[in-house]
Amino acid sequence: MELDNKLRILADAAKYDASCASSGSRRKRVEGGFGNTEGIGICHSYTPDGRCVSLLKLLLTNYCIYDCSYCVNRISSDTPRARFTPEEVVNLTIEFYKRNYIEGLFLSSGIIQNADYTMEQMISVARTLRQEHLFGGYIHLKAVPGASNELLLEAGTWADRLSANIELAVDSELRELAPAKSHLQIEDAMSKIGFGIADAADRSNARAQSPKFAPAGQSTQMIVGATSASDSVVLAKASELYKKQKLRRVYYSAFSPIPHADPALPIIRPPMIREHRLYQADWLLRFYGFKVEELTTPESPDLPLDQDPKLAWALRHRDFFPVDVNKASRAALLRIPGIGVRNVKRILQIRRYHALKLDDLAKLKISIAKTKYFITTSGDNPAALQIDSKRLPKKFEPQPRQMALFEARSGEL
Amino acid sequence: MKQVLIEDFPAWRTQARELIQAGVEPSQVHFVDGKSGQPLLFDEPAQDQPKPEATKVPAEFLKLASVAAQYRDPDRWDLLYSVLHRLTNGEPYLLKIDVDSDIRRLRLMEKAIRRDIHKMHAFVRFRKIELEGDAEYIAWHRPDHYIVRAATPFFARRFGNMRWAILTPDESAYWDGAELIFGPGAPRDAAPDDDGLEDLWRTYYASIFNPARINLRAMRAEMPVRHWATLPEAQIISNLTREAGFRVQTMIKDQAPSALPWVPQQATLQALREAAIRCEGCELHKCATQVVFGAGPEGARVVLVGEQPGDEEDLAGSPFVGPAGRLLSRALEEAEVDRSALYVTNAVKHFKFIERGKRRIHAKPGGIEISACRPWLEAELEAVKPELVVCLGATAAQSLMGRDFRVTRDRGQFQPHRWAKQIMATIHPSALLRMPEPDRREQEYRLFVHDLALIRPYMQT
Ligand code: SF4
Ligand code: SF4
Repeated sequence: MELDNKLRILADAAKYDASCASSGSRRKRVEGGFGNTEGIGICHSYTPDGRCVSLLKLLLTNYCIYDCSYCVNRISSDTPRARFTPEEVVNLTIEFYKRNYIEGLFLSSGIIQNADYTMEQMISVARTLRQEHLFGGYIHLKAVPGASNELLLEAGTWADRLSANIELAVDSELRELAPAKSHLQIEDAMSKIGFGIADAADRSNARAQSPKFAPAGQSTQMIVGATSASDSVVLAKASELYKKQKLRRVYYSAFSPIPHADPALPIIRPPMIREHRLYQADWLLRFYGFKVEELTTPESPDLPLDQDPKLAWALRHRDFFPVDVNKASRAALLRIPGIGVRNVKRILQIRRYHALKLDDLAKLKISIAKTKYFITTSGDNPAALQIDSKRLPKKFEPQPRQMALFEARSGEL
Repeated sequence: MKQVLIEDFPAWRTQARELIQAGVEPSQVHFVDGKSGQPLLFDEPAQDQPKPEATKVPAEFLKLASVAAQYRDPDRWDLLYSVLHRLTNGEPYLLKIDVDSDIRRLRLMEKAIRRDIHKMHAFVRFRKIELEGDAEYIAWHRPDHYIVRAATPFFARRFGNMRWAILTPDESAYWDGAELIFGPGAPRDAAPDDDGLEDLWRTYYASIFNPARINLRAMRAEMPVRHWATLPEAQIISNLTREAGFRVQTMIKDQAPSALPWVPQQATLQALREAAIRCEGCELHKCATQVVFGAGPEGARVVLVGEQPGDEEDLAGSPFVGPAGRLLSRALEEAEVDRSALYVTNAVKHFKFIERGKRRIHAKPGGIEISACRPWLEAELEAVKPELVVCLGATAAQSLMGRDFRVTRDRGQFQPHRWAKQIMATIHPSALLRMPEPDRREQEYRLFVHDLALIRPYMQT
């Protein structure tokens, strides 16, 4: 098969992995080599679906011996198949990189023969890039659960990031839909990688020039909407993984229920808004000091779709408001709907010298229409008087909008 | 008013330091931007002044000023001077006040420069040429601001072992493998106009894009159209978007709706029943009250399959509890078949109807819905493993025996089937309810009871 055709099939098959970030790693160019990573990832292009192109995202092959029912590559699917040789992937990566098209490589694969063989194939791509070509760009490798400890540890020495996908939030549901997988096995792979990361950190404390191990940490992906697991279950699993496995990111991927062909072309629209709300909630957990239990209630274990989770929390906790932007603590400021982490920082700085009024906030590009009900400032703000009004939630009912608005994967709340 | 010609930031810094120390008000001086090519209206001879003492300004200001100096706006020098003047005349904390209008302008400039540099790092596209066996990588890029010197060290760090050049209209940067050299600007045709690899890159670009999620606004916001001319992949954007709708359409046509993704494999009836609650295999779940799954013992020897739930079934959540169900019960009784030993279900699990005022009128399910829902029926049969399946009416019969099965022609005939030893079809009891003539109805009812009586032998071992 021609390279062009393989690329078409194996790039297409790779696009269901939501993760595309190339950030979080610092790797200096090796003497005589090319490529580096400087911490922030760069989006080298954007596709007409508004998504960032940062890494060359490929599957080594989309042949797979498993039959995970949520996946296009499962053995029972009649999708067209192809397989790259490791050299082909190495060359594509190098040539694309040298023309400044990409930040590096994201390599995943269907399972061929067994977990170890598959992992070894992916490792050989990374090893060749690093050792033979002195490539210093970003490499994200998929960790195959069930692969041996040695292989996972070797993968970490070449890759900037490793990710083992947890797939579904509930173990029993995973075992039902993906008979070959279990949380135990996936989290075992995560702990092995986590051990490699911690070990490298210890060594680098002792010695400045010690070998790196997955410096951009590990991430995972959870499919939402394929089973009935509620958002509170999904978020609880995510925060458990953040804590226990010290993951950098959990990606949420809306399930597109299509049996045989391209599952991203839904007949039933995948729950995009839900995916977006989960990213917002994830942000609240990691950067805003929210706890999982605060984001949903026992009566409604799913995040509301028509409101962002922070606004929903605020409407349920009106007694917390209004918050005085000129006096409140950082933690309290972070709870105000419409004010994000960056603006909280700016408010804390400015207010030492200047008492903030509503129009000052507008200058910081804060949405006054949303925020005004929840704050008091040094000027007049009659809207704050409505905080206890029964009609307040009505004011936030969404106008009909374009899908586009829900596409963003993250953002300031 | 005093006029000062400024070529670059160090020049402004020297001039501004002297002017501040001389106590010159911002309104008394105008900086003329050397890059924008405006001539001085009149020249003022530089006065010889004693070497000034250092003026203290926050380090943050120098950083901010050196960035704002790259902004393509001739007024930037004046703005910087007036901020410097305020900083040194009673407003030492000015920089902290982002809401001040001068500071806000500077911050916006700073942001624009950061973004422009970032976009240059992102959008430079090298084209490879071979020169006497050596590869050289050449790009032409058009930044918005004067950022070549600030943006290109990045490429030296990254592509240190390559020889490359980045040409821009204002200024160009060359890397010979050891040193970064800046030269004059260059027109676009000074760079090579092709690179064989760009076809593969476009293939990649086209393949990772998802036509079902088209969002041009987001794409243009991040990848401004003014940069498209130098991005090889941008050539195919209009084609991709034009074809996107078509690609989505054909994919949808290719993929008949199906309940399959919701149907757990090899599940018990109870697990199936629970999973069916979430089914969105076709449109019908949207208007119906609830899914109406089959009912009866898991070990039933005979399964009856109807068409779809009706109004009462839809509300009750159980099959055959409305008028047709009562008629069925009566007929089974007369045929001496114990209904409670049967498993009773439908070919389609959600009620399809048309609203007429307050009433919901039964609508016949179409082929799409029948085949979408078939996985549920098959899963039920797989779980129950009956000896006999009896199809009540054409919908059930066609679902299990194919399109050209005719109830009128083939009723009462047994044949082997994938999901049961035998399968047989008769009419649907609701057909009897619709018959206006009592005589005809009575006659058909007898035939119906007769067909049902054929079940009896299958009820015992
Ligand atoms: S193992 Fe991976 S590639 Fe294979 S079917 Fe499962 S999810 Fe898909
Ligand atoms: S009719 Fe069947 S396929 Fe359609 S939604 Fe209902 S249960 Fe699912």
